[in-house]
Amino acid sequence: MSEVVRKFTRTVPQWRPRVTPLKLEEASDNQLDALKVTPSNTKVSDYVLVLAHDVESLKVRSPLFNAIMYDPNGLSRAEREIGALATSMVNRCIYCAAVHAARHAALEDSTALTNALFERGADADLPPRERAIFDFARKLSETPSQASAEDMAALRDAGLDATEILDLILSAALFGWANRLMHVLGDPVRKTESP
Amino acid sequence: MSPMETTAVRFGGVVEDGAVALALKERANILAMTEDAQAAVLTPREVGGFPHDMRAALAARIASLHQEEALAAAHRERIGDGGYAPLSDPAHPGTTPRDTALLSFVDKAAASPKDMASGDISALQASGMGDADIVRLCEIIAFLAYQLRVIAGLRLMGGAP
Repeated sequence: MSEVVRKFTRTVPQWRPRVTPLKLEEASDNQLDALKVTPSNTKVSDYVLVLAHDVESLKVRSPLFNAIMYDPNGLSRAEREIGALATSMVNRCIYCAAVHAARHAALEDSTALTNALFERGADADLPPRERAIFDFARKLSETPSQASAEDMAALRDAGLDATEILDLILSAALFGWANRLMHVLGDPVRKTESP
Repeated sequence: MSPMETTAVRFGGVVEDGAVALALKERANILAMTEDAQAAVLTPREVGGFPHDMRAALAARIASLHQEEALAAAHRERIGDGGYAPLSDPAHPGTTPRDTALLSFVDKAAASPKDMASGDISALQASGMGDADIVRLCEIIAFLAYQLRVIAGLRLMGGAP
C-alpha cells in the first residue's frame, strides 16, 4: 500500500500516474527517440512515459525547461528555484515543491528558507530580496495573474536587474506548465519499503 | 526568429530597444523555444482527438479565463468553421456530455490546478477520452498557463499598471 502525500516536504515522493504510461514495446520510433531509449538505457520514469503519449510536446519542453532553469547569467539557480517553488505551492504540486525545495536547500546549503515557507506559507518571515521574489512568483501564478506594478517595483527595489526579473518570470511561468502535468496526471505517494 | 516576433513578446507589449528588449535578447533562445512549444501544442502533426481548430478554440477559452482578450481573439481567428467556435467562450458549458466533461476539466485545470484530483481524470476517462488524449489535453492547458504568465510578466516589466 502507498499513501498519498498531502503536506509540503523536501523528501521527494514517488509519483503514481493516474493514466497508463506508454508501454515501451508499443512506442513509435519517434517516441523512442524522444525517450533516448537505447539497448543500454531502458530505464525511463513513469512520468516521462506518461508524457511520451504526446511526444511532440515532450520534445520541445525538455530543452526549454533546461534553458530556463540552468542557462548561465541572470538570476541565480537558487533564486530560480524560489520561483519554481512559489508556483508549485500556489498550485499545491507536492511533488514539484519537494524537488525544488530540496534543490534550493542543496544549492544554498541551508534549509532555513524552505522550512519557513513550508511552515508559514506566504506569511513566512523572509529576507527582503527573497520576499520580493517569492511574492511576485506567487501572484503571477494565480489565474489570472495577480502580480502588480507594485510587485514589479519591489523586485527592482530589491536589486534585480531586467534579465534577473525575466528569469524569474520564466521560472515561475514554467512551473505553471509543469504543475499542470505533474499534479494533474498523477499522485505523490510515500515511498514504500522495497521487499 | 527574433524574440520580438514571438507570440509571448508581441502580446506582452514589449517595445523595441528598451531594457526589457535587451533582456529578451539575452534569452532569445528561450523565447524561440517558447514559440516552438506553441507550434507543438497548438498545431502538432499528430493531433489525436484534438484537431487544430479545436485546439485554437480551447486556447482562446483559456486565454479568456486569464483575461488576455487580445490573445484570445487571435486564437479565435484561427478556429475555422468546423463547429468548434462555441468552445472558445468560457460561458459555454458544452452541449454534449463529452464536451461538458472536457470543458469543465479545461476550466478547472487552467484556473485552479490546486483543486485537481484523481476524480477529474476519471471523469474524462468515463466520458470516453483515451489516456493519450488526456495527456494531449493537459499539455494544451499547461503550455498556455506558461505562455500567458510570460505575457503578463513582460507587460509588467514594460511598466503596465
